[in-house]
Amino acid sequence: MSRARADEEEYWHSSKFRAFTFDDEDDELSQLKESKRAVNSLRDIVDDDDDDDLERVSWSGEPVGSISWSIKETASSSSSSLEGRDSSLQKGSSSYAAFPKQVSSYSLSNLFKGRNKLPSFQSLSDALSDTGIKNYAPELRRPKAEYKDYSSDWSPKDTVRRMQRGKVCSLERFRSLQDKLVLLDEAVAGHDGNVITAVLIFLKRTLRREILFRELEVRQVALCHLIHFLKETGEQKFLLDLLRFLDRTEEVALSQYREHLNIQDVEKRREFLKVCIGLPFSAEDTSHIQDHYTLLERQIIIETNDRHLETAGQSEIFRKYPRKASILNMPLVTTLFYSCFYHYTEAEGTFSSPTNLKKTFKIPDKQYVLTALAARAKLRAWDDVDALFTTKNWLGYTKKKAPIGFHRVVEILQRNNAPVQVLQEYVRLVEDVETRLNLATKYKCHDVVIETYRDLKDRIQLTAYKCKVERGSAEEEKINSILNN
Amino acid sequence: AIVWDEYLTGPFGLIAQYSLLKEHEVEKMFTLKPGRLPQADVKNIIFFVRPKLELMDIITDNVLREDRGRSPQRDFHILFVPRRSLLCEQWLKEQGVLGSFIHREQYSLDLIPFDGDLLSMESESAFKECYLESDQTSLYHAAKGLMTLQALYGTIPQIFGKGECARHVANMMIRMKREFPGSQNSIFPVFDTLLLLDRNVDLLTPLATQLTYEGLIDEIYGIQNTYVKLPPEKFAPKKQGEGGKDLPTEPKKLQLNSAEELYAEIRDKNFNAVGSVLSKKAKIISAAFEERHHAKTVGEIKQFVSQLPHMQAARSSLANHTSIAELIKDITTSEDFFDNLTVEQEFMSGIDTDKVNNYIEDCIAQKHPLIKILRLVCLQSVCNSGLKQKVLDHYKREILQTYGYEHILTLNNLEKAGLLKPQTSGRNNYPTIRKTLRLWMDDVNEQNPNDISYVYSGYAPLSVRLAQLLARPGWRSIEEVLKMLPGPHFEERQQLPTGLQKKRQHGENRVTLVFFLGGVTYAEIAALRFLSQMEDGGTEYVIATTKLINGTSWIKSLMERLEPAPF
Repeated sequence: MSRARADEEEYWHSSKFRAFTFDDEDDELSQLKESKRAVNSLRDIVDDDDDDDLERVSWSGEPVGSISWSIKETASSSSSSLEGRDSSLQKGSSSYAAFPKQVSSYSLSNLFKGRNKLPSFQSLSDALSDTGIKNYAPELRRPKAEYKDYSSDWSPKDTVRRMQRGKVCSLERFRSLQDKLVLLDEAVAGHDGNVITAVLIFLKRTLRREILFRELEVRQVALCHLIHFLKETGEQKFLLDLLRFLDRTEEVALSQYREHLNIQDVEKRREFLKVCIGLPFSAEDTSHIQDHYTLLERQIIIETNDRHLETAGQSEIFRKYPRKASILNMPLVTTLFYSCFYHYTEAEGTFSSPTNLKKTFKIPDKQYVLTALAARAKLRAWDDVDALFTTKNWLGYTKKKAPIGFHRVVEILQRNNAPVQVLQEYVRLVEDVETRLNLATKYKCHDVVIETYRDLKDRIQLTAYKCKVERGSAEEEKINSILNN
Repeated sequence: AIVWDEYLTGPFGLIAQYSLLKEHEVEKMFTLKPGRLPQADVKNIIFFVRPKLELMDIITDNVLREDRGRSPQRDFHILFVPRRSLLCEQWLKEQGVLGSFIHREQYSLDLIPFDGDLLSMESESAFKECYLESDQTSLYHAAKGLMTLQALYGTIPQIFGKGECARHVANMMIRMKREFPGSQNSIFPVFDTLLLLDRNVDLLTPLATQLTYEGLIDEIYGIQNTYVKLPPEKFAPKKQGEGGKDLPTEPKKLQLNSAEELYAEIRDKNFNAVGSVLSKKAKIISAAFEERHHAKTVGEIKQFVSQLPHMQAARSSLANHTSIAELIKDITTSEDFFDNLTVEQEFMSGIDTDKVNNYIEDCIAQKHPLIKILRLVCLQSVCNSGLKQKVLDHYKREILQTYGYEHILTLNNLEKAGLLKPQTSGRNNYPTIRKTLRLWMDDVNEQNPNDISYVYSGYAPLSVRLAQLLARPGWRSIEEVLKMLPGPHFEERQQLPTGLQKKRQHGENRVTLVFFLGGVTYAEIAALRFLSQMEDGGTEYVIATTKLINGTSWIKSLMERLEPAPF
């Protein structure tokens, strides 16, 4: 077990946390650096080999003496020697994590230290309990029979109260509907969900459905508890009957739709989703469920085809970029990316073509362009990227347009390691001058920087920029010629 | 031997160490998991579990696989925390193992002390149960906990509350007191006032990113039962000659509470004020160590040596917090953190809450974690008293298309909880609430705060503002706003015998217990502590809650558990 735990922690460490780098030149951090330096220098003064942590920590990083630590300890030593046990005992008693010091003048911690030590302490359950039954650690084993309460003269109120105190009561003697309902109302008035549920279990077993439903309809609290209980125990059919009876149609629909998550087989899942479309969702949700079904249907077709293509080894794109996972059950945008990656040039008529997906699911332009851009950039298909932003007007002139703003285009291209020639073409198209300058400087698109300063007639900046370009390069020449004009 | 429900080990660790259990003859401890129980030479096996059906299945499995032929036979017992569940017992009965348990009892653990002024029930699903499933069991436990507290610290004479759940808890307390007159005690009351607050009165605060030191640690790394696990790189021992060849790979685990002097000082500060404290401390400690050069006489040396342990503790504490501060700084100085915060602050100050936000769209397009998206969208919805239908539909569509249609279930839950909803009344109440309660402060002082708004660098948590205004000048001054917030507000009095009525000395502080039903964040706690420390405040606060939360853990508790995609 401890092995498994270690693996888990390793996983945590390796995936969740990345190494952070500490920027030495950052002025804002100087204060932290200073205290760090001070701390480190102090290590020389007090050179002790022991770790100086405030608390003792075992190898696993758990503080020694904590429960979770000792569980591990026990687990690792349980099968083996006595020695292990001794050492755990020793370690276990050697430290006792300090209780937090009180900020406020009132300590709350003695609330939980042994109750017998405080004579004034009188807990509620002690004070109220008529049998003096202990809540924990019973000293003596009592016969099981004592737990059952065969006395039959408890009123509904007393029964509920006894149950609240954690005792088992027989409910069987509440025979008439009247009695049962009084019992339920008492339970509800006590607000203890545990008791309410217990009574509901009893009622569910002993009442006809129609009667139970009818009575619960006017008892909302109890109703909520029953619904919760049914969800918890997975009695789906009973739950749906109840919701239908109550005319809570949208809940019926959602609850039924939730079921699809438990269906592993894709074909069966698809069939199930098809049925879900007809459920009484709100208009907006119905269209989402419809889309969900259509998407899965599409994915099954694409998956079958592509798996075939891949194994046949005829298609270059699949050979060059083997698929990492199947496309089944992936979100729509992921599917679109996939199709832009593997099926970009297909005609609109095929199910796997991006344009077909775009049309079927009414994917907004913005989303489409972003996804297509990311996919094509990943493949370094710069012509496709270019085409994505080129529009022709009615005179036949071409114009560059992007529904997402060219600064975003630049970011995505840069993330996919686009060469400077490609990058600068789009940096140039960024409208806002300041953003353009920032991006151009950041990604070393010298031409764009130079041209922008030229247009701004900013001699000072242009002169300053000279030191950023390589000596004797074409860029330097360009700067010089501008400055000389 | 004890078999632990793993979730319980954290909270239990705060009240009972293994050594204590050992003293009470606990031989061995295991975590609950399916399969056969480990071998152990013990007679009694006690299961410590929360009353959850999935845990009952594991126990059933344990019991059924137990070797019947072994001798001596082991006896099984079950202890439910915090309450025995008849549903669970029914479940065990159906599996045919109920009879195997000799004792079935409960351990009524309601409120667990987390710090000198902080109690939590650590009931992770309390908010979901109360607001999604209308299951008030956790409220019943809260009321029970409050009764126990009163048994210890005296009857609280005044009860104020806001919200449906608060109303329920107050009713239950009054009822319990009436039904059990024996609970009347003769303890001089410690608390003057109890303030019960529903989390859904203030849905806004947990959604915003906390900016106190402790709040940020929780936002970034998650504090579990006062412990935090940190990436180990920054904690590598830097001793000469080692050159960092063996970087530790285990996460560094630290306990965080006010027992640590330095942490007590900086935990509630705005993160921007932490750096200067740390560097000041560093100078003081350096100076203290320098003292040894001036120690001439034996007496002086002896005194220096006697202080060493304390100084070393202070030094290692400083080292730890400097490292943590560095880790956090790396994140808070990142571009994305800044952009996210900017959007949050725009929403909270009421800017552009009624249209689709570009940054949120960008985050969806870049597939940032879904919880982050949901936090922002919910924040926008709350700051606009619901989103315009068109805006809501747009977000919904984008989220479903990018993260998968099955999240329609989660969106539905958020809608039910009131976090994400269409604007129905056609009116946005938030600006009125913001102005009346002064929720947004433009001139915030992070270094030397003069107002609680420092905990979110501008936004003053609504919940804490309500507590502050209750103390002075009283809620009557904000009746209008209280009516805009969900649920009733009320006041109850509990009669005290004349001998116990407090005669207040001049200048003596009143003590208020604030109980957050449905969870509280570290930043809110910081704000209440700030109010306690205000010189002319006149009120000290003790805080209790069903669960310590942050926006992420909170939203997560409302998300539909989705089965992993079948691959």
